[in-house]
Amino acid sequence: MTNHWRDIRHADLILINGANPAEAHPVGFQWFVKAKLDPTKGPGSGGGAKIIHADPRYTRTSAMADIYLRMRTGTDVAYFGGLINYVIQNKLYHEEYVKNYTNASFIVKPGFDFKDGLFSGYNSSTRSYDTATWGYDTEGDPIGGAPAGTTQAKAKRDMTLQDPRTVWQLMAKHYSRYTPDMVSSITGIPVDQYMQVAKLVGEMGKPDKVMTIVYAVGLTHHSTGGQLIRSGALLQLILGNMGRPGGGMNAERGHANIQGNTDHAISWEILPGYLRIPAPGQKNLDDYVRVNAPKKSDPNSWNFFGTNYRNFMVSLLKAWYGAKATKENEFAFDYIPKPAVNSSWMSIYDQALKGKMEGVILSGMTATSIGPDSNQVMTALGKLKWLVVMDPLPTTSSEFWRAPNVDSASIQTEVFMLPTTHWIEKDGSFVNSGRWSQWKDQVIPPEGDARHDHWVLADLYDRVKTLYKNQGGKFPDPIMAATLDYKDPKKPELDEIAKEINGKNLATGGQMASFALLKDDGTTTAGDWIYTGSYPDAGNLSKRRNGISNPQQNDPTGMGFYSNWAWSWPLNRRVLYNRASADLDGKPWDPKRPGIQWNGTTWTGDVPDYPATMNPKDPAAWLPFIMNGEGVGRLFSNSMLDGPFPEHYEPFEAPIPNPLHPSVSEDPVAFLYDQAAGRPNRFGKVDKYPYVATSYRLTEHEHYVTQHVPLLVGLQPQAFVEVPQELADEKGIKNGDRVRVFSERGKLEVAALVTKRLGPMKLAGSDKPVYHIGIPIHWGFVGVSAEQNPERSKYWLANALTPMVGDVGARTPEFKAFLVNIEKI
Amino acid sequence: MTEITRREFLKLGAAGTAGLALVPFANPLGFDVAAAKRRALDLRISGAKEVHSLCPYCAVGCSLIAYTKEVNGKTQLLQIEGDPDSPVNEGRLCPKGASAMQLATSSRRVEKPMYRAPGSTKWEEKSWDFMLDKLAQNIKTARDNTFVAQDANGNVVNRTEGIAFAGGAAFSSEEGYFATKLMRSLGVVHIEQQARV
Repeated sequence: MTNHWRDIRHADLILINGANPAEAHPVGFQWFVKAKLDPTKGPGSGGGAKIIHADPRYTRTSAMADIYLRMRTGTDVAYFGGLINYVIQNKLYHEEYVKNYTNASFIVKPGFDFKDGLFSGYNSSTRSYDTATWGYDTEGDPIGGAPAGTTQAKAKRDMTLQDPRTVWQLMAKHYSRYTPDMVSSITGIPVDQYMQVAKLVGEMGKPDKVMTIVYAVGLTHHSTGGQLIRSGALLQLILGNMGRPGGGMNAERGHANIQGNTDHAISWEILPGYLRIPAPGQKNLDDYVRVNAPKKSDPNSWNFFGTNYRNFMVSLLKAWYGAKATKENEFAFDYIPKPAVNSSWMSIYDQALKGKMEGVILSGMTATSIGPDSNQVMTALGKLKWLVVMDPLPTTSSEFWRAPNVDSASIQTEVFMLPTTHWIEKDGSFVNSGRWSQWKDQVIPPEGDARHDHWVLADLYDRVKTLYKNQGGKFPDPIMAATLDYKDPKKPELDEIAKEINGKNLATGGQMASFALLKDDGTTTAGDWIYTGSYPDAGNLSKRRNGISNPQQNDPTGMGFYSNWAWSWPLNRRVLYNRASADLDGKPWDPKRPGIQWNGTTWTGDVPDYPATMNPKDPAAWLPFIMNGEGVGRLFSNSMLDGPFPEHYEPFEAPIPNPLHPSVSEDPVAFLYDQAAGRPNRFGKVDKYPYVATSYRLTEHEHYVTQHVPLLVGLQPQAFVEVPQELADEKGIKNGDRVRVFSERGKLEVAALVTKRLGPMKLAGSDKPVYHIGIPIHWGFVGVSAEQNPERSKYWLANALTPMVGDVGARTPEFKAFLVNIEKI
Repeated sequence: MTEITRREFLKLGAAGTAGLALVPFANPLGFDVAAAKRRALDLRISGAKEVHSLCPYCAVGCSLIAYTKEVNGKTQLLQIEGDPDSPVNEGRLCPKGASAMQLATSSRRVEKPMYRAPGSTKWEEKSWDFMLDKLAQNIKTARDNTFVAQDANGNVVNRTEGIAFAGGAAFSSEEGYFATKLMRSLGVVHIEQQARV
């Protein structure tokens, strides 16, 4: 989230897409309801915030919404694109914000173009873009005064926004195709309903109004996942809603600590703090910074991230490799592995299928249930030499070798089940969706023989190290060099690690107070620079607990920042990009909902995303978005692999051809794992699989672990799918009947829940109504329900149906939009 | 606290349909179940130690208060509640959070390290030493087999291609950071968690 849970109560309008917070994040949903019940919020003269829920399925979120839109899954770019078009055509955007706080005025290179579904630079044989034309027209030499490799020539701008090559004019042209009729024919939302929403959204460009967009994996789990989110962000930028309390783009995350462990880079493409993993060919730190650091493209852009890229990387290398990281050896830059190709989730199983993966370690994560394409994943697990499952409870991965219909004796994978501790048996921090790092204490000791995950890894590492010492082997240097300066290197305390993450000044031995003080000369460390400041000499700030029992003292601005409750990155800032919450002079766009403001000598309010005493009226003052090279929000960006502007592409399995450009129906650069590996593609077509399927969670379960919690199994005991009433009537399926749902990849055999929550929709290019089938993801062949129903649970893995394809950049699998058929058993 | 539970509501013969009990509902029964319930709870946690935790499920980040007591030298978990002082949840919990105790004290835990040999049809109970020694050797072998020091273009890449590490959305942040550091130091490039799935 750019903002945080409690902040949602400041919104006048709440758009919810690809999410069902009332059921999947019920306690967070109280802040939506608070906004709705607050008469000072809302469009027009107020009367309460309005909630708009766009989703294929009517849920409890829809029940609390003012407008529910039955929308086809995966069509949110069309939805947001249409709203962008409406706002531009009717001049409802926040003009001052657009001109000064976005790259609307930047001039794009002459070669850039978009035609018939393709951006300039497409190569059909490699299914990729040459992005050379996706940049700015520049003037002069690279801007001076910036560290080497972090600057480029100044981008030309036209502040009148009239030049046809401005980002603004290109964007207006791009979205002019997204007319209400076009949007309706793609999304299935009736035009009159859509226009009702457009009118409300159009009000949110006024400086004293603010809208938030809230989403979850219903936006990310598509072959266009990245662009679905970006299309919402574009709308928020032109309405001037980024950086403001009650605004922003807010991702609800689905596990207790996805946020913290993404920040700390359990993710193939990054190092802690969102530094890129270096690629082959980057021979030293100069190369690394030149390729990866954002480039200053305006003299008034601070380009804070780019400017400090080298400081952050060197401080990380010093934290990891200590005395072995020296100026002479580029601070051990060679110790960091450099992946040749995408190495994300689906790639792991793709490599295993090719026989190139020897071992997989799964910790608190079950590949079999997660999929996509669970049957293929199980084949992949069977091709490993060894599999490790670290978990307190059995999973569908620890048990894959004796899954129903599997011949155990034929599986040659050696399997290790290591019992690890639950969250409540250890301390440490969890970071919530709003970036709040909250510390938890150890409540009870480890059960039985269970060990902490990090102690298992530390012990294992120590044994590997000993083997290298005794036997030698390939390049043991980084293994030997990694710092393990803990009281007991085999049992590090999480508090010790928290200190390391924050980093220290090697000259004084003191903890670093801010990442602004990190250096590239080897005198500072920081395990993760975005957490520098979380553990200063004063102690671990995640442990702070000054809560709502004393609002006068703990929330002096009344804005709900609660700055002394836990700690949020960066630097305890509660709303990201908050310089953009105030106008050019530093006055809040809406004085009733200030983020930060300039009082003549300093910025007050939230922790400013800006130098604390920088006078905004100074001609040399930095532009508002200090992390970007441009210094402003990017409506046009070359950071996406599938286009500088989001474009609607159909899911790989879709009920209709793309109405915008039927010849380029799907994302033209999405990576097709099966095809690239020479396996059959196994995408289903609408003639054989006429129904759209989408998957989701229920309130009572969380993925798969709750299959071991009897109370929750009692509340939601058995696997089912939701079938729209009209389709059920057509097929003679009654509520409670057992049905078979099947795709080109696998099948489910479960109970049918016949419902009016799903229903027919009318789309372009389809003479028949299009139906969705809803598929909760929680069941499999392990857990209380499965033990009670050993026969029936054979075909309960929802992801047996899903395709192994995903977004080109993020590689999020297309869990949320695929085709199936259904029959009564 | 004026809430009554769904079970009590059903027990008393009323038709219950509420799946979520976020909003305290008015007492429809004519007598004060809540006060009696509170008294019973107070007795249960009297003299107990209050420890702060967090909900292990979604990422709203609801604060929990756990009550424990030392019984015969062993820490017993008595009760888990929402923390009323939290600016995030203000004491509220959903059905999952409210039943967190049953996950914490599950009788379904894997009790010992379990080993399944290639081609075997059963688990065997093994010691931690057996498991970690065997695994350490496996990791070393896989690393040495699949380590690429230089690619075809002569670039220094120092990567281990044949080992993947995935997991950690229920890790404490510090565990996650530590896992990243160790795996990268082993040269692992396939590192993932639940962020994209």
